[in-house]
Amino acid sequence: MISVYHYMILSAILFAIGSFGVLTRKNMIVIFMCIELMLNSVNLTFIALSRHLGNMDGQIFVFFVMTVAAAEAAVGLALIIAFYRNKESIEVDDFRLLKW
Amino acid sequence: MEAMLFYLVALVSVISAFFVTKCRNPINSALCLVTTFLCLAVFYVMLQAPFMAAIQIMVYAGAIMVLIIFVIMLLNIGSVGKSRYTHGVAGAIVLSFLSFIVAAKFIAGGTVSKAVGDISAEVVQSYGHTELIGKAMFTEFLLPFEIASILLLVAIVGAVILSKRKV
Amino acid sequence: MENLAQIAMESVNFQAIMPSLVLCCFGMVLLLVSVFLERGRTAPICWLSIIGLVVTGIISINGWNDPQAGFAGGVVLDNFATFFNLTCLIAAGLTILMSDSYLHREGYPVAEYYPLILFTTAGAMWMASGTDLMTIFLGLEVLSVSLYVLAGFFRGQLRSNEAGLKYFFLGAFSTGFMLYGVALLYGVTGTTKVAGIAEAIRLMPDASSNPMIIAGAILLSIGFLFKIGAAPFHMWTPDVYQGAPTPITAFMSAGPKAAAFAAFMRVTYISLDSLQVDMSAMFWVLAVLTMTIGNFVAIAQKDVKRMLAFSSISHAGYALVGMVAWNEVGFSGILFYMLVYTFMNIGAFAVLVLIGKQGEDNLTLDGMAGLGYKRPFLGVAMAIFLFSLMGLPPTAGFTGKFFIFAGALKAGYVWLAILGVLNSAVSLYYYLRVMVYMYFRDPVEDFSWVKMEMATIVSILIAIAGVLYLGVLPGPVMELAKLSIF
Repeated sequence: MISVYHYMILSAILFAIGSFGVLTRKNMIVIFMCIELMLNSVNLTFIALSRHLGNMDGQIFVFFVMTVAAAEAAVGLALIIAFYRNKESIEVDDFRLLKW
Repeated sequence: MEAMLFYLVALVSVISAFFVTKCRNPINSALCLVTTFLCLAVFYVMLQAPFMAAIQIMVYAGAIMVLIIFVIMLLNIGSVGKSRYTHGVAGAIVLSFLSFIVAAKFIAGGTVSKAVGDISAEVVQSYGHTELIGKAMFTEFLLPFEIASILLLVAIVGAVILSKRKV
Repeated sequence: MENLAQIAMESVNFQAIMPSLVLCCFGMVLLLVSVFLERGRTAPICWLSIIGLVVTGIISINGWNDPQAGFAGGVVLDNFATFFNLTCLIAAGLTILMSDSYLHREGYPVAEYYPLILFTTAGAMWMASGTDLMTIFLGLEVLSVSLYVLAGFFRGQLRSNEAGLKYFFLGAFSTGFMLYGVALLYGVTGTTKVAGIAEAIRLMPDASSNPMIIAGAILLSIGFLFKIGAAPFHMWTPDVYQGAPTPITAFMSAGPKAAAFAAFMRVTYISLDSLQVDMSAMFWVLAVLTMTIGNFVAIAQKDVKRMLAFSSISHAGYALVGMVAWNEVGFSGILFYMLVYTFMNIGAFAVLVLIGKQGEDNLTLDGMAGLGYKRPFLGVAMAIFLFSLMGLPPTAGFTGKFFIFAGALKAGYVWLAILGVLNSAVSLYYYLRVMVYMYFRDPVEDFSWVKMEMATIVSILIAIAGVLYLGVLPGPVMELAKLSIF
């Protein structure tokens, strides 16, 4: 029988993979996708817990996490495009003006 | 049967998540990410949350991923050349692995609360999942819902300002 | 269905969200008005947003001593929230005053700038008054998303692009950790309400040995510590502060930081009260680390804006000392300090706004040489703010630090207070160096480009008045801060 702990471990694995990607990749869009992956792993935890606990709070939270992800996607991609227009690059190595 | 399905889908989701971080071409990463999202949607169905599964596919796999792929196409980014990673890949691998071990230990060692609500699988089936979500959202969580609308407004205004060419 | 509407209406209490509601209405109206104005005409929007802030302030003050809860325990407008609301409103007001001439000088007279600041402030209010992690999280996101936009506002400038992107990536990354923490706490307690979590943890026999609670508390703290800019989550601060438009830097260092402290205090003080010993120990280490890193790295900086960024890290460290103390003196000290910090830091940045050249913020130490003679008013103003940042009497910086360290001493953290004072002594070096450049070096530049813009001067004067008033007569406001503790 699959328990809530199975889901939580799975989501911890996904979270670790996502954070690995954020820390190592150069391409900003891939970094952004890895952040989405982290948020999704948290969503899985929330829904599994919500099912286990028998109340809806967790699922409502997931709803808002999705809203936040959509808002961040719009603003983040707009920032990436603005940077690309000035620098013709989307690699984090090209953050040169300010020391990273 | 359920266990087999879980392990199968979990395997697919972990592998595709790994390839998100590994692929040279951002388009391939994006496709792997869509696969992961679909796997999560399967889990949501298994967890008796069909509405969440539907919006997972519509919002994430649909809207957000289309936006990302659109930007990749717009900027015309090809495959990355020699180095796709920044620095310290080995260190990051060790760090992520360690943090996962710690997280797993915390999860295995901790105990989640016993059921606090009365929403079981039967209740979900008799009421309908969407109705339960709607009920919670428009009574108890009305304020967060309103705040989310302001958040989306801010995001729209912000995206327009940042990507307009002329002042 | 009628039944449902009835349930919904019962929990609605508009009094509890009145300030943020009014602010959002103003923001939306301003967005509409800006459509009908010709391009580049932002002054009416600027003044309307000031009116919006003043109206909101009056409404907030009317709610003093009249706690209102609503939305099924999602939000409460108590004195604590009101105090922080007013701090954020002051920060937003001073920022807007110095913004209009700056935006025109830099060639970005975009009217949407002002509504975005109003929405940021509304987000800060939801953080300060939220009693549900969901409200706090969404408030945090409204605040962050608007700040990502504002930090990258000068879209033609690479520096601003970089600042926005760095803030965005690290902010979204830390959001992930914070959410994970919320998820774990939800799993352990079955609720996301701040009071509900406290109740559930209290009933647990072995709360501090349940690793999931510890992990949840730490991950949740990471999200807040990131927004506060505490070490080791301070990496974004110098880069973002240096690259963002100067008024936004000023705002970011005061308003959002205060809001993050408000939410952090409410969550730790109420929800995680059972973990007091562990949390205090963690804050002790973080406070010392943050103060020390901020002060010592600031010494090495040549760029004044970047130096002020590191100084803002160290000030976050001083405020964290109040969290360590975990008593009323310490907590009211944080409230007081955040208000003081708003005045002195925004004032210092306002001076920088005025002496900056178009297109480049001429802000190296050499560039400030002789400012005290060429522009006596700005020199004196900067000197007052620097004295306050150093923590010397009779300025507000002294009283603020005094109350915070008094809280630490009262709780028995003698070493922490000593380390704090030693750190203040270190900070004398780099603040005084700016003064030396201003008054004892021959001027390199003649500062002929400096235009004494009326609104910015007003903002500086208000900040000076605040710094001196809170420094000389801290009693009344301190009394209010004491009444604000829940």
